[in-house]
Order: sequence, then C-alpha cells, then structure tokens
Amino acid sequence: MTNVENSKMTNKTTTGEEKWLLRLYVAGQTPRAITAFANLKKICEEYLDGSYQIEVIDLLVNPALAKDDQILALPTLVRKLPEPVKKIIGDLSNTERVLVGLDIRPII
Amino acid sequence: MAETNPNPQPVADGLLKTPTGIKGLDEITGGGLPQGRPTLVCGGTGCGKTLLAMEFLVRGAMQFDEPGVFMSFEEKSGELSKNFASLGFDLNELVGQNKLAIDYVHIEPSEIEETGEYDLEGLIIRLGYAIDTLGAKRVALDTIEALFSGLSNEATLRSELRRLFRFLKDKGVTAIVTGEQGERTFTRFGLEEYVADCVIFLNHTVSQQIATRRMRVVKYRGSAHGTNEYPFLIDRQGFSVMPISSLGLDHPASSERIPTGIPRLDVMLGGKGYYRGSSILVTGTAGAGKTSMAAHFVDAACMRGERCLYFAFEESQNQIIRNMNSIGFDLGQWVDQGLLQFHNSRATLYGLEMHLVAMHRAIDGFKPGIVVIDPISDLVAAATEDEVKSMLCRMIDYLKMQQITALCTELTSTGAILGWTEVGISSLMDAWLLLQIMETGGERNRGLYLLKSRGMAHSNQVREFILTDEGVQLRDVYIGPGGVLTGSARDAQEARDKAESLDGQQEIERKRREIERKKTAIEAQITVLHTQFEAEKDDLDRLIAKEKQRGETLALDNRAMAKGRQADELTGPQ
Repeated sequence: MTNVENSKMTNKTTTGEEKWLLRLYVAGQTPRAITAFANLKKICEEYLDGSYQIEVIDLLVNPALAKDDQILALPTLVRKLPEPVKKIIGDLSNTERVLVGLDIRPII
Repeated sequence: MAETNPNPQPVADGLLKTPTGIKGLDEITGGGLPQGRPTLVCGGTGCGKTLLAMEFLVRGAMQFDEPGVFMSFEEKSGELSKNFASLGFDLNELVGQNKLAIDYVHIEPSEIEETGEYDLEGLIIRLGYAIDTLGAKRVALDTIEALFSGLSNEATLRSELRRLFRFLKDKGVTAIVTGEQGERTFTRFGLEEYVADCVIFLNHTVSQQIATRRMRVVKYRGSAHGTNEYPFLIDRQGFSVMPISSLGLDHPASSERIPTGIPRLDVMLGGKGYYRGSSILVTGTAGAGKTSMAAHFVDAACMRGERCLYFAFEESQNQIIRNMNSIGFDLGQWVDQGLLQFHNSRATLYGLEMHLVAMHRAIDGFKPGIVVIDPISDLVAAATEDEVKSMLCRMIDYLKMQQITALCTELTSTGAILGWTEVGISSLMDAWLLLQIMETGGERNRGLYLLKSRGMAHSNQVREFILTDEGVQLRDVYIGPGGVLTGSARDAQEARDKAESLDGQQEIERKRREIERKKTAIEAQITVLHTQFEAEKDDLDRLIAKEKQRGETLALDNRAMAKGRQADELTGPQ
C-alpha cells in the first residue's frame, strides 16, 4: 500500500521553491501509524502548503524497502527532498521537534 | 575443523544444541549453542565478539548448511567482507550463494529526530524479512547496544528489545547477540537481562606485554558446560578455543620402546630407550649439548621412517641444520624427505596460548611420532611460570593422548639446584636426562645422568660424553679419588691404568721365571743328594758284604782248628 498525497495549493509558500518529498514508513494501520499520518498531514498543510508529496510505505506489504532507508523504528518519516535526507521517528505528536527535524522555518 | 554434523546434537534433557563448528567451543558447551534461542557474547573492545558471531554464521552456512543473517550495527557490509577476507572467509561468495545476508543498520543520532512514541517494528520487519528470504537458521546481532546510543527513549528500547528476542525465539533461529562489557555488569546496557539462556564472556588481557584471549561460558541454562576460562585464539583460520585442560589423566600408556639414537644411552635406559608416548626432559646449562641430544633422537627417528616435528624457539631451521652438520647429522635430508618439519618462532612473538594453538595446529597437520620443543624455558619469556606450566601440562597431555613422544629441552642456569627446573615441570615428565658441565682441573667437560625414568630400570651413573664427528658418544666410566674423572683427567687415568697393567704383567712374568729358576735349582740339588745317597748306600753294602765274608771265614778257620785238636763239636756261635 503506497499512498501518494499531493497538494497543489501553491499559495503562502514558506520554504521557497523547493519541492518536498516526504516518505512515511509504517507497519499496518496501527493507531500510532494513523496518528503519525494525521500529524504529518496537519504539519504539511500548515507549513508546507504547496509543493509537498507524502508517500506512505507499509512495511508489512513491502518489507524489503526497510533496508534502503535504514528504517529501525516505526513510524519513521524520511525527508527525501530537499537534500540532505533527514529522519524523524515517532508519531510526530511533538510538532516543534518535527519542524526542527524537517528543518522547516516557521513564519515569523 | 570439526566433523560435519548437520544434525544438532540432542542431550539428555532434550535441549537441542546448534553446533558452532568453532574448534573447541562445541566441546566446552557440550555440543554447541542452545538451538532456537539467543546467546549473549560479551566482552571488551577487540576481544573477538564480532568474529565469533560471524564465524558462527559462516561455519553454519558452510558446514551445516544453515543460512544465516548478520545484522551489523557497527560495521558496514563492505568493511565486514574486507575484515573477514583476512581470516579466510569469503563473505561475498556466501552472500552470492544466498547462504548469508549482511544487513548493516545505520544509526546516526544526529540524523534522527525523535518526535513522540515509536517502536522498533522496522528493525523486526527487516530482520524477519531477511530470515524469511534466506530461510535462515542462524542470526547474529552485532552489537545491538548501538541502539542505546542512537535512540534516547530507553524505556521504549528495553521493551522493544524484549520483543525482539521473543521474536527471534518465535522464529526458531539460533542467535548470537553481542554486547560490550560493562563496568559491573556483563554488558553495558544489561543485555544479559533479556538473553538469559546462554552467556559467553570473552576476555582479552595483556600481561608482560603479551596479549592472551580467554573465553568463559558464564551461563548455559539447561546444560552442563565447562566453567573454566579457556584460552582462545584468532588467526588465519578463525577462532579456536583450547579446552585441553578438561582432559583427564586417562591417556594410553604404550610399552613400546624407542631408541634414543645413542646406543650407550639406551643401555642406561634399561637397554631399550624411552617409552613411546612418554615425555622426556633434557635439562642442562648453556652449551651442555641439549640440542645435540635432540638431534640424535630426531635423526634416529627419521632413519626409522618416523615423522618428527621440531619446535625451535631459539634457532632458525638453517642454523640448526648447519650446527648439527658439525656433529655428523644431515637433518636437511629428512626435511627434504618430508619426515622432519621445523617450526621456528621466537617465544615472545605471541602469547603462550597462541603458541599452544600453533603447536596444536602443526601437530594436527603433520601428525608426527615425535615432537621436540627446544627449549621450553624460552616460553617463560612470554608468560609467567605458572602459565607456562599449565600450558605445558596441557600440551603434554595432548601429546600423550596422541601417543606422541615429546622431547623438551630446558636451559638451566649454572649453579642451579639439582632437581629444580626453571619451568617447574619436572613432575610432568616421564624421563629426565640431566646434562651437566663438570668443571675440574681447569677443564669443562660434559656429563649426563638420568635423574629419573619412570617405569624402567635405569643406570645411576654419571657418564661423560663428548661431541664427536659422529655425534654424541658416551665414554667409559673412570672413577678417581674425587669422583668420576672427566676430560684429560680421565685420559691421564686411562694412560696410568694402561701403564699399571703393563707393569703388573711384567711382574708376573718375572715371578714366573723366578719360580722356574728355583725349580731347576732344587731339582739339581735333588740329583746331587740322590747321587750322594747312592754312593753311601754302595759303601754300606760293600761293608756289609765284607763283614759277612769275614765272619764266615772266621768260622771256617775255627772248625779247621778244632778238627786239628780233635775237639768235640763246637756248639757256640761261630
């Protein structure tokens, strides 16, 4: 199961012209996975409204993919773009840490 | 290398074991690691945890046809391949054959941001996927403690580790989990708490600048195991543990005798030489001729077609061959014929255990009938006396088990107490040949005697020997007023004896002639006396005859006179 969420809203760009590619690794529809996805969606809507793309990868379906992105903990959010690759683990409930992890500068 | 046994060995209590294939380890653990359970291997840095884990997998894949998954948290798979190539393991080939999977788990705290709750399902999925892909039976996690430095939520980690180990058990894989030694605990993060079935502790100590590796099975639930610290070795053939001290004193005792190579020494040893499979100690001060004795023994054995292994700690092979040439031995020909093999190394080259293992390997490979260790006293340079003693004890036990005759030489310092050896192993030895430099009359001469020789009548004499072009030669015994005469004193005594015996013979001859003369003289006297006697007897006879005649004549005259007077018959005597 690979969900690709696209958002075409391009107003209020806060992070320049970069295209964001985020990959969320989960293992099945666990409450924690759902929470993480919801948190991620919210953060993206709020801070990246515009060019971002979220891929959700279920390791129960594609276990081989875990190796490529060095996944240990679940859920893990990987920022594939912009470079460098960054990893955030946990259910993304701590928004501030997520912003620091994704290197998103909040609007002042 | 242990024999290939694809089936785990069941033990009495039904606990199945997975053989590691590592030399010695299976013997200590009585068959291997607990099957289907994780085993903790802990120890300090550089003690060989990773190697043990990897060798477990490699041997499993190669000898027991059990594929394995190596999950590395420290080294990348490329690095691992390179490191293990130096030990003779071709990891890439095994990976290519789908017998081994190496999964490098990269943990970099600076790249990971923790935001809320998480679990280690990702790791478990990765591991499970690798196990399922290969059908793996063996798993190594090296070292899972890296998680603690990468992730900060220790409570989560601990509960997840417990889950991970349960997962491994559910999968039925035999796992090795490595852990860094902690200050007061076996592992820094208390992994022993989770892996409770089998704990192996590796230790790497340096004493007198020489490092020795040791292994101990701290715990093995449900199975008996050796509890000692066993030395082990890492070399080009991987890991080897030496459980030799566990051997009992039940080695066979042969009554076959093998000559020493010196006929007169054989005579001293009950006429036949040493027992096969016995251990012989040759001690002596510097230059007493220990190596020459050994060369004699080796030469004689090679001539009989026996294989000899010569461990030299002081001289190179060429040096020994050259030196022994000077006393008439061509050891080079035996080397060329493959009957003699030299192993030359400095005692300080590596630790005792390494020596022991190296010697084991050489013996296993060459299968000699005779082993010479020249000299054992050098080993003291590599360790303490106690360690040397324990090492030699194990070595000798091993040789006895194999019925290999061992000749060890030992250098003693001049003026040392008799019956005392540098290494203190005299009690281990069956025969003890003592070479001595005897200093008398401004000379140093070589003497030898048998201090002991178990199980045979042996000479108690101190014998002088000399090194000639034909090797060692024992001389006749000359006992002078001050003990055994040696060197030129013996030569002088020999000459004196010869002169004395010549004198004696001459004296006898002279006496004999004198008797002869006396006899002649007496015989002459007897003749004279006899003649005299004859003469006197003649005189007497004549006298008697004369007297008789005179009597008769007188009687006749009387009768004639009476007749003339007409007298009656005379009645009286006439």
